[in-house]
Amino acid sequence: MITFLTLLPLAGGLLVLVVGRSRVVARSLALLVALASLAIALAIWHGFNPAASGFQYEVLRNWAPSLGMSYHVGVDGLGVLMLVLSGMVVLMSLAASWKNEKHGSLYLALVLFLECGLFGTFTALNFVHWFIYWEVSLIPAFFLVRLYGGPNRNRASTQFFLYTMVGSIALLLAFLALYLATGTFDFVDLARLAQHGQLAAAFANLHWGLGPPAIGEALFWAAFLGFAVKTPVVPFHTWLPATYAEAPSETTMLLTGAMSKMGIYGFLRILLPIFPQEMQHALTPLLWLAVATIVLPAFAAWYQKDLKRTFAYSSVNHLGYCILGVCAAAKFTGADAALAQEKSAALTGVLLQIFSHALTAAALFWFLTLLERRAGSRGINDFGGLRKVVPVFSGLMGIAIFASLGLPGLNGFPGEFLIFKGSFPLVTWPTAISVLGLLMTAVFLLAVIQKVFSGPVNPRWQAMPDLTAAERLAFIPVIALMFLIGLYPQIITGMIHSTIAQWIATLTPGVTL
Amino acid sequence: MNPIASPVATSWILRYLWLIPALPIFAAGVSALLPKAKRRLSATLAIGSMSGSLVLSLAALVHAIAEPARQIVNFPWMQFGAQWVSLGWLLDPLAAVMLVMVTFVGLLIFIYSLGYMAHDDNFTRFFCFLSLFAGAMLGVVIANSLLLLFMCWEVVGLTSYLLIGFWFQRPAAAAAAVKAFIVTRVGDLGLLLGMVWLYAQTGTLLFYNNGAGCLESSAVAAMGAHFTAAGMAVSTAIGLLIFCGAVGKSGQVPLHVWLPDAMEGPTPVSALIHAATMVAAGVYLMARVYPLLDHTTLAVIAWVGAITAVFAACIAVAQNDIKRILAYSTVSQLGYMMLGLGVGGVAVGIFHLITHAFFKSLLFLGAGSVIHGCTEEQDIRNMGGLRRFMPITFVTYAAAMLALCGFPLFAGFWSKDAILEHAHAWGLSLGPYYLGAIGALLTAFYMTRQMYYVFFGPQRVAEAAPIESPRPPEQCIILHPHESPSVMTIPLIILAVFAVFLGFVGTPAWPWFQSFLSATPLAFSMHAFMEPGLIALMLYSSLLVFAGLLLGWWFYGRKAITRATDPDALGRRIPAVFGALAHRLYVDEFYKYTVIALARFASAFSAFLDRFIFGGVVNLVSWIVTGLGWFDSGVDRFVVNGGFDLGCREVNFGGRLIASLQNGRVQTYLRVIAGALVIFAALLLWGRRG
Repeated sequence: MITFLTLLPLAGGLLVLVVGRSRVVARSLALLVALASLAIALAIWHGFNPAASGFQYEVLRNWAPSLGMSYHVGVDGLGVLMLVLSGMVVLMSLAASWKNEKHGSLYLALVLFLECGLFGTFTALNFVHWFIYWEVSLIPAFFLVRLYGGPNRNRASTQFFLYTMVGSIALLLAFLALYLATGTFDFVDLARLAQHGQLAAAFANLHWGLGPPAIGEALFWAAFLGFAVKTPVVPFHTWLPATYAEAPSETTMLLTGAMSKMGIYGFLRILLPIFPQEMQHALTPLLWLAVATIVLPAFAAWYQKDLKRTFAYSSVNHLGYCILGVCAAAKFTGADAALAQEKSAALTGVLLQIFSHALTAAALFWFLTLLERRAGSRGINDFGGLRKVVPVFSGLMGIAIFASLGLPGLNGFPGEFLIFKGSFPLVTWPTAISVLGLLMTAVFLLAVIQKVFSGPVNPRWQAMPDLTAAERLAFIPVIALMFLIGLYPQIITGMIHSTIAQWIATLTPGVTL
Repeated sequence: MNPIASPVATSWILRYLWLIPALPIFAAGVSALLPKAKRRLSATLAIGSMSGSLVLSLAALVHAIAEPARQIVNFPWMQFGAQWVSLGWLLDPLAAVMLVMVTFVGLLIFIYSLGYMAHDDNFTRFFCFLSLFAGAMLGVVIANSLLLLFMCWEVVGLTSYLLIGFWFQRPAAAAAAVKAFIVTRVGDLGLLLGMVWLYAQTGTLLFYNNGAGCLESSAVAAMGAHFTAAGMAVSTAIGLLIFCGAVGKSGQVPLHVWLPDAMEGPTPVSALIHAATMVAAGVYLMARVYPLLDHTTLAVIAWVGAITAVFAACIAVAQNDIKRILAYSTVSQLGYMMLGLGVGGVAVGIFHLITHAFFKSLLFLGAGSVIHGCTEEQDIRNMGGLRRFMPITFVTYAAAMLALCGFPLFAGFWSKDAILEHAHAWGLSLGPYYLGAIGALLTAFYMTRQMYYVFFGPQRVAEAAPIESPRPPEQCIILHPHESPSVMTIPLIILAVFAVFLGFVGTPAWPWFQSFLSATPLAFSMHAFMEPGLIALMLYSSLLVFAGLLLGWWFYGRKAITRATDPDALGRRIPAVFGALAHRLYVDEFYKYTVIALARFASAFSAFLDRFIFGGVVNLVSWIVTGLGWFDSGVDRFVVNGGFDLGCREVNFGGRLIASLQNGRVQTYLRVIAGALVIFAALLLWGRRG
């Protein structure tokens, strides 16, 4: 099932290239493939047993046992959430570029290839093919920016590609070392070794002339770099504003909605289970990096004059809360059952935030797509009074903006609340300072509303058309989902609770909840 | 899985209590989807749902009177790991009283809005936002969980933002809306931290849960025993953090700055949200979490309240906008409520909250009627003599004004006197009492000033309009001041009845209200007045009121104000003080040059860090790598001579592909990366062998 799901967009993408002469056929086909993928992802969601722990839909085939390689896929609560999220974001992105004449069959095919990479990354449980997917997803993203981006696309895409490449190489080297030490590339095996304390012992096999703890830390930081660049964590984020701004907005939807989640996914799937001790040792610097990731971009976003850059920084800020939650969960808490519960709150919050940010950020960049297409402009000071001219557009984008600033009743709140609830007792001061990020988010998002939607109507946009019926229809499920998650987050938390409980059991051995 | 054995609700009203907020929210949802032209339907939905909520609220009040014991319904909301976050609602006398007040005043203001907003383009949206506000506010009232209360609280803040900025094309309105949201959010973040801390301490955010709630004795006692690193009891710290939220929402010093600006919203909004209900939510919040508050927190609340009461009353003296005077008056009265809560407990603070809701919303609606009758004029200097043109508005306004001043036997007299009485009896300090007394004098003074400017003397045309008014002068000329339509005056009359008589439910002789809220036995006895000192205190405070009225008459009534350009009678005497007060004591300017400047600097600095420090390092690395790349490709070409190419054919392929896309640099980078990769891998393998 999972393999089929992963290969479907790949095949679909190739088919789109083949029939690519006619844009109408190509885009219908692409949309159909994306729809089918989302449907399968939802079927997996539906068939997933939330009460069972461990991986489901698991497939394990020997590939090259002598090299520690096997084909191993499966999903737990996190994986199934990521599948649905990827399917959803890709579908939204394709829907957004429906009317974009510049995006021919190559564009559509690249998007589908990217989807294949996403599905692969979120289901692979063996490093070797996981890493292939991880890298493969980068290539279509690079070309999407390079071929279809704005005026500075060359510089932006190169920086994006190389920066993530450097991170990936660090990651690759770390895993080569892990393999040499343990003889396995399998995430599950490695996590088990780490849990039983055998990983540190295995580092002695490396004969690097360093003690095992030092080796562990070196490998941890190398792997961390890979994920920190991808997420991104300040200060490894400088590629992001340029890339998000230069990429076509439909691609930015993919980058922020789905690809940025690969980094957090790495934190949850690899760093937390395989390097728990190393994370505990590195907790202080990690926490301050998380705080920097929350606070600095929130301030920087206020300074931006380009709406896409504003929302790009906002994206970094929102993922910062995820990093904070993960770091809080990594803290050593001994046998304290109450704190172990706080960890499960923080991690549940992280997963909610991942999903909710994907939804909100993709929706926001979708609105920017439409705005840019109508106005050909996206400076924050170029507009004014749009609420008068395009009331429906303004109202719906307003909902997305308030979802982004964490208004209760919309999707952003439950995740942020749980992250703060869990992190505060674990890491009090970093959490307290992170509140500044919440304040500044409100400041710059309301500034956007004030400058773009309020005030006297800018005569340039007097004739701007409001959302068409088709566009309204397309937004209905998106906005409805925002309300649904905001009012009934159990729809997601009910899916992941066993996974969270299992993680907490591994993170805090000996504590019964 | 469900951790909460929800008690089977015995009474139907408890089971369906959720309908009270749900009805208006449903109306808001429907009217959000309505096209603009469906004005009548939108208003019908709003008023119909509000009437339904009022009926249910009255039923809840009747039930609470018959059965004053607190009843709750809790339900699980979301799960983390093996735990659940639960929400719930409750019915107790405090909630019941608030429910009736909010729905009753709300309904009257809804009806009034029919007339006031009749010509507005966005009539449909107005009722949508108003209903959403009412629903969220009612949610705040019945929440049995700090989390649910916080969620509704934030939605209330959103609707306040939407309604302040309702005339969004006016930049001042848009700016005021943002200011209101941000300033209250500053307080809300304190509340958020207090909430997560409370959650961590007690393991629940349910207020009451059959002995396991966070306000119940076991949890509170456990918290008082913990101390923070700074030596403060944890319960104090949490209480103060929660109080931050109340300071923001209820416009207490130093976060009061948003409330006067909020007057940019339509006047019914000012009456409902920024006078009667939302701003009082902060007082309600503190009343709700009262069991959590210890002496230190209560003392802080009392002092903040007392300072706010005087501070805002002073500023109100020198304002010229009819609504801004009332706004500062609201801030001041909210200070009294906090003071009452701090020194005298829940019943004292809430009694003033309820009476104030009636007379202050009446004042705002009267001001709206004046503004409506004077073609959108708001500057009191351009009014004058309106009692002849608007008799109903004048009489009801006068009743509300006397109630606000605390004129004997009017509603405000009883509730304000109860506050002063408790402040006098407060063990810690008499400071708040004196502040409150000065505030009472000032209140009478600035309201008299306003009355004389608006309703007495000759009618003044708008020759001086451009002084402060942003509107073009031709709109400011009062041609035919007229009484408002009956859809607006009838709510005024109903509210006026309450402004006069409501106080009698809580007199010292018959303290029905206080005994209902605090569940103590009630008895009628005129002897209560004979308690030592009580009559004397009442006399003092009445004297202060008379003194205020007299001073007001001395300055503004003795000699009629004839021209709008005449300088203020008090301002002539003490120009320096008056000027500072007119500039609202420069608090806004102070924030502009401190907090806001700092935030702007931080934002520019963050952008600078990004561009030149973090980005600079990356650029530096990229130059070094490019240099290495040239070096490497030289070595490659002349030394290795092709042998290396074999090892990275794939990379080369990718490189060529990219190179064909007009930039050669990637190729170089990739080659360096591939080279480094090979070297590192070799090192690793070598290390293993070694």
